[in-house]
Amino acid sequence: MIKRFKDIFVSLLLIELLKGMAITGRHMFSRKITVQFPEERTPMSPRFRGLHALRRYPNGEERCIACKLCEAVCPAMAITIESEQRDDGTRRTTRYDIDLTKCIFCGFCEESCPVDSIVETRIFDYHGEKRGDLYYTKDRLLAVGDREEAQIAMDREADAKYR
Amino acid sequence: MAQIEIDGKQVTVADGSTIIEAAEAAGVYIPRFCFHKKLSIAANCRMCLVEVEKAGKPLPACATPVIEGMKIFTHSEKAVQAQKSVMEFLLINHPLDCPICDQGGECQLQDLAVGYGGVSSRYQEEKRVVFNKDFGPLIAGDMTRCIQCTRCVRFGQEIAGQMEMGMAHRGEHSEITTFVGRAVASELSGNMIDLCPVGALTSKPFRYSARTWELTRRPAVAPHDGLGSNVALQVKQNRVYRVLPRDNDAVNECWLSDRDRFSYEGLYSEDRLNKPMIKEGGQWRECEWKDALEYAANSLNLIRQEVGAEQLGALASPSSTVEELYLLKKLMTGLGSGNVDHRLRHSDFSADAYRQGAPWLGRSVASLQELDRVLLIGSSLRSEQPLLAQRLRQAVKRGAHLNVVHVADDALLCRVAHKLIVAPDALAQALAQVVKALGERAAVDAEVQPLLAGIEVSETARSIAASLTTGENRSVLLGNVAQHHPRYALLHRLAQEAARLSGAAFGVLGEAANSVGAYLAGALPAPGGLNAGQMLATPRKAYILLGVELERDSYNGQQAMAAMQGAFVVALTAYKHRAHEFADVLLPIAAFAENAGTYVNTEGVAQSFRAAVAPRGEARPAWKVLRVLGNLFELDGFSQDNAEALTSEALGNTPLADKLGNALRPGMNLVLDKPDGGRLQRIGEVGIYQTDSLVRRAASLQKMSAAPRAWMHNSLLAQLGLSEDETVTVRQGDAAIQLSAACDDTLPAGCVRVAAGHEQTALLGGLFDEIRVEKSKGQQQTAEHTPS
Repeated sequence: MIKRFKDIFVSLLLIELLKGMAITGRHMFSRKITVQFPEERTPMSPRFRGLHALRRYPNGEERCIACKLCEAVCPAMAITIESEQRDDGTRRTTRYDIDLTKCIFCGFCEESCPVDSIVETRIFDYHGEKRGDLYYTKDRLLAVGDREEAQIAMDREADAKYR
Repeated sequence: MAQIEIDGKQVTVADGSTIIEAAEAAGVYIPRFCFHKKLSIAANCRMCLVEVEKAGKPLPACATPVIEGMKIFTHSEKAVQAQKSVMEFLLINHPLDCPICDQGGECQLQDLAVGYGGVSSRYQEEKRVVFNKDFGPLIAGDMTRCIQCTRCVRFGQEIAGQMEMGMAHRGEHSEITTFVGRAVASELSGNMIDLCPVGALTSKPFRYSARTWELTRRPAVAPHDGLGSNVALQVKQNRVYRVLPRDNDAVNECWLSDRDRFSYEGLYSEDRLNKPMIKEGGQWRECEWKDALEYAANSLNLIRQEVGAEQLGALASPSSTVEELYLLKKLMTGLGSGNVDHRLRHSDFSADAYRQGAPWLGRSVASLQELDRVLLIGSSLRSEQPLLAQRLRQAVKRGAHLNVVHVADDALLCRVAHKLIVAPDALAQALAQVVKALGERAAVDAEVQPLLAGIEVSETARSIAASLTTGENRSVLLGNVAQHHPRYALLHRLAQEAARLSGAAFGVLGEAANSVGAYLAGALPAPGGLNAGQMLATPRKAYILLGVELERDSYNGQQAMAAMQGAFVVALTAYKHRAHEFADVLLPIAAFAENAGTYVNTEGVAQSFRAAVAPRGEARPAWKVLRVLGNLFELDGFSQDNAEALTSEALGNTPLADKLGNALRPGMNLVLDKPDGGRLQRIGEVGIYQTDSLVRRAASLQKMSAAPRAWMHNSLLAQLGLSEDETVTVRQGDAAIQLSAACDDTLPAGCVRVAAGHEQTALLGGLFDEIRVEKSKGQQQTAEHTPS
């Protein structure tokens, strides 16, 4: 009996509505956590595993020595490498392709690389308009590396003490 | 027998065996670098240290013989500590460049470092650097990686017969090097690559092109010499990247000659024929298989109807498989022609009617090592059969007498007991001397006896005969030079008699990969048919060429090319070559590694193999091409759908051993003429890297092959008024080529040695025929112009 009166009282005074409005009101004035992608971005770990890049040494020489460990370790078999002896006698790739439609972004390639050549960058919002666009060749990977080198170097630096 | 205990296991081993062998027998692995079962014991890597009960210090397992009751611990604390310490020392100076090292993934040091090494290095000081040397076109050296196991040095001394590598300096400064500035030139040098447990010696042609884990191993049989070495082709994406030996103690042991190892490069020559081609109105055009085959069949049919089947001839390479040769013979028989032959480099066929079986080695390859007395007739063995030469070298090391009757005094890299070096036309004479000397102890066959009248036996011949009558295991072996010789039948008969008189096994060294197989498959003229010599001397109207590069594969390239002019020629070939000039239809066929088939090696063992990679371009296996040709001619028996069916059809069900035989039937008309001293003779043996089409296109091997020169004795040089290195004109028949003159005082007088098979010498005449050498006119003019 008492409960019934209590319910009517609560309903008439719209207490629940006000409670809800209070929450709405609180959130209305509190700091927003929604990230307005692409204008805004979430913070990222230096270990983020996004689009791959091939790096160069500061003197412009490509780092990759065609040891093929990344090709061997790749669980999705997304990497294809062909190698030869370059005219100056060093071991170099003639072909370094990553099929991003196969890649599962596990990061093993980066982990296996003895010269920090193949790395995964923070880029995740790339796209392709044709199927072949996601087949990254050596030139494209080196281009990514050249473009992102500052960020890549910073990330490796940050993570160095944990490696 | 000694009873010992290894890691608690009781093992009984032969007295005198080492701990490492005993452990192997017990199934216990002891790590090692310098130990190799075919090489002497050096015990310098110390990796195989084990603990032995009652021995104060750990002992090297490879150099410690077992004794009764010995207790050996390979995994005890002491042993493990010793192995770990040795590994740490080995790694002190070893560079950490595994990612760029071709040995990575198949490296013994890598494997053992994982198994027996520590986790990290304690070494902080400077590492040693050794500068690289140039080892030639086949071996790449990265000598900083060397751990001084000296396997390569011992290989050179003990197996290859020449010490090309050595260790210079001492202690930390010690390094493996060749003799100052010299490259490695041995015909077996590639084995050092296999022996090297680290990446110090690697294959130069293979360098940096693939990783070992990417490669698939496919078994095959080497196509270059009569031995039929067992090889493993390492294949990636339908391409042969490397050739390695497969262990087979009956054939090649664990070795491989450079010719077999590096010839795969020829598969990827730009010279490969990729599409069938037809010549129309003097112009070549590529066409479909169907058109080419129909054109070939129709034209051959037309010729057969017009001038008769005896105007057709078929010439095959002795490197073709049994199946191919069998089908070729069958095709020709079906067409009604008996003109088939594979012996293009032979010049004397008069023994044909008297042959009782396929000429073969006369004993097993492995037993060559156990020989006590050998007579080697007309053979540049090191270039003909590098690994058989190695076997004989082992025999000589054991104390065998190696006697040689030959036209040139080439180093066999072992002690030669007695040698008779004579001009080609005196070769039979020299052999007759030996037979006559042997005849002083036993009765010479009545057939041979008349030949020996008037032969003066030299002291050397007598010594050879004396040598041949002692010892237990004896062999008389006929080499390629003897087989190509214009008096081969006579040489064969005399050698047979020498073998009979001395109680030796008589052997004919297989000339090419499938020489024995070619006899067994019947790639020989049918009764009444023409042999290779006749087919080329009296030109036919049409020829079918199977895998033959006629100008470089025949006894007389000049004559062969002349025979092709005006004939209708169907060339089944893997390569474009001079066939372009004379052929009418070119049919691309699969080369080595692309073809299934069978080779019968020189000891008469059939070895079948499958295709390892797909043929290049539109090439097809030759047996399939021949089968289709058979069908186009509407002949019976051309419906086999795999090579295996053909093999059993070609070789039959009787054991091959029954079909082998070197002895000639009596009744041959034998004449031994006096050497004609008046003319210059050519010594035209085929160069080691010129034997067949494939090896001639292997780029790295060709870099090892010296350009042909006109070698002659000093006195001849003087007599002709020539000086060394001067460019001279060498003439045979209509051909004249320019070569540089060279002096070799070991050559017999009156001979000019001009190697055959080279592009430059292809159009010269017969390999052992008359040759003329004169001052080059151009040379004289330039000499006039240069102020003196």
